[in-house]
Amino acid sequence: MSRRLRLTAAPYALYALVFIAAPLLLILYYSLTTGQGATLSLDNFRRFFDFNDTVYLRVLWRSLWIAGVSTAICFVLGYPMAYILSRMKARTRNIVSFLFILPMWMNFLLRTYAWMTLLERTGVINTALKSVGLPSLEIMYTTGAVILGNVYNFLPFMILPIYTSLTKIDRNLIEASEDLGAGRAVTFFRVIFPLSFPGIMSGLTMTFMPAVTTFIISKLLGGGQNALIGDLIEKQFKVAGDWGFGSAMSVILMVLILLSMNALSRYEKENAGGGLM
Amino acid sequence: MKQFRCLRCGLLALCLLPLASCGSSSGPGGGPTLKVFNWGDYIDPEVTALFTQETGIKVIYTMFDANEDMYTSIRASGGVSHDVVIPSDYMIRKMINEDMLRTIDLDNVPNYALIDDRFKNLDFDPQNEYSVPYMWGTVGIAYNTTMVDEPIDSWTALWDTRYQKNIFMMDSVRDSLGITLKMLGYSMNTKNGAELEEAYNKLVEQKPLVLAYIGDEVKDKMIAGEAALAVVYAGDAITISEQNPDIAYVIPREGSNLWVDSMCILKTSENPEAAEAFINFMCSTPIALRNWEYINYSSPQKEVIAQMPEELQNSSARNPSAEELARCEVFEDLSQTTQYYEDLWTRLIGA
Repeated sequence: MSRRLRLTAAPYALYALVFIAAPLLLILYYSLTTGQGATLSLDNFRRFFDFNDTVYLRVLWRSLWIAGVSTAICFVLGYPMAYILSRMKARTRNIVSFLFILPMWMNFLLRTYAWMTLLERTGVINTALKSVGLPSLEIMYTTGAVILGNVYNFLPFMILPIYTSLTKIDRNLIEASEDLGAGRAVTFFRVIFPLSFPGIMSGLTMTFMPAVTTFIISKLLGGGQNALIGDLIEKQFKVAGDWGFGSAMSVILMVLILLSMNALSRYEKENAGGGLM
Repeated sequence: MKQFRCLRCGLLALCLLPLASCGSSSGPGGGPTLKVFNWGDYIDPEVTALFTQETGIKVIYTMFDANEDMYTSIRASGGVSHDVVIPSDYMIRKMINEDMLRTIDLDNVPNYALIDDRFKNLDFDPQNEYSVPYMWGTVGIAYNTTMVDEPIDSWTALWDTRYQKNIFMMDSVRDSLGITLKMLGYSMNTKNGAELEEAYNKLVEQKPLVLAYIGDEVKDKMIAGEAALAVVYAGDAITISEQNPDIAYVIPREGSNLWVDSMCILKTSENPEAAEAFINFMCSTPIALRNWEYINYSSPQKEVIAQMPEELQNSSARNPSAEELARCEVFEDLSQTTQYYEDLWTRLIGA
């Protein structure tokens, strides 16, 4: 690396040190304290993995499960959409991808509030159903509503990386596959789909990560009755004032995410190519 | 428009919280500045401007949505970000115990004389050294008269299977466990493990009947008729019934919580004189009336109570009778037991 390059990288290095490394170290430090003196201990982690009182493990499991289901739905909806998008003429493609990004200009919290007014008993959907004589739906304050909120909010994070990797595929490869006698289905499953793997992998991580850590969606749409790990972390910091335990839960969550990203990146290396991550 | 007020204020509070730590004792344009930390939606929005007009002191106004929130935020900033705070009873006790509050010189708050004697010398501040009452009220059940079969008068209605998925509980451990303890005939301030366990089991039993555990949104939800019953603060019940006349409010016969939110000055305040001037200003009758009309909670001011229209004098939400109040308890600081309450709550919502 040339000296000049190193100099231009300095602001970023400083930024990373102050805003990424330092907070992480602080969280790690807090997770080892219990508020009683400065002695370091693993008590917070023991409390989380207490097999006689599994409430925290169950909450973690529920968060992983809900995030997993949300990510799967995002994938099933997102892949075809990304595929269709990549096949569109440039003009239509720009308009459609603009429409996808448009809602993201609005605050995340407001979008979630909007879903409340759509889903509740006296909300838009149920009022419409009732007016045509159909029975009303009880969606609000269920796990289904939380999953819906996740899918709605994080779907663009699935579509965009897949779309990027699909547009990067060399057209010649697809033509070669067709010239060599492969049908459309075979071309898709043996050529296009494997080549879009990097995009899929970043799509999966980009959707799963925010879904597993969310707390506002479960609070607003889930009615606070099935807490997720994000809710518990928020509560430790804001209400219970137990920063040590809150940090410990954050560390556990970060380790889980790191492990899964590591597994994914190993996969990605075997299928070299672009992607967002 | 009013319906969106709590939503807007909540969002505003979210945006303003990080800013709170940037304030300094003299504002950008110079001149003295006062930093006030209050509950969301808990002041007539024009009042701070009137204060600046009268005294030339700029007000940096920020909001919180729970006592614990406020406490953690002050602890995290070392207290430098605020001068005046308005916590509730048990939190004031906790903050006095932890030496976070400054004694208020009542000679500088002559309007303190206007406060009704019922709200002086309360347990959390027996000598009136640290706090000046701002608003007070009770906790009770707001119910939609078109959705229940008979008038509600007991907490047991919240365990009635007829109202399955038609009940809003508060997303707050002290209030939800507190009313359950009251229903069982125990004190809301109990530190007795067996009593707490019994109340916790009651809440577990109730969980399938509950539509949601929520906070401020309860107002919008009850106005819209989303559920039959909700545990609410008296003042919120008034706001709700103004928008939806089908809503009635009751302080259940087993008794409930009586709370008092009072103005305090932080020990770290850089401008205690301005803080005392602000508290005095808030206690002046015209300002107290404005705030009372805007917030809808009960005022501890003799003049405000005297000027209430007669139909409100007899409203148990606005002005509960002495007999109703006798059944109510004020929260105390639980000190070490707080953690146990929190654990029970985590088990309830995490189960």
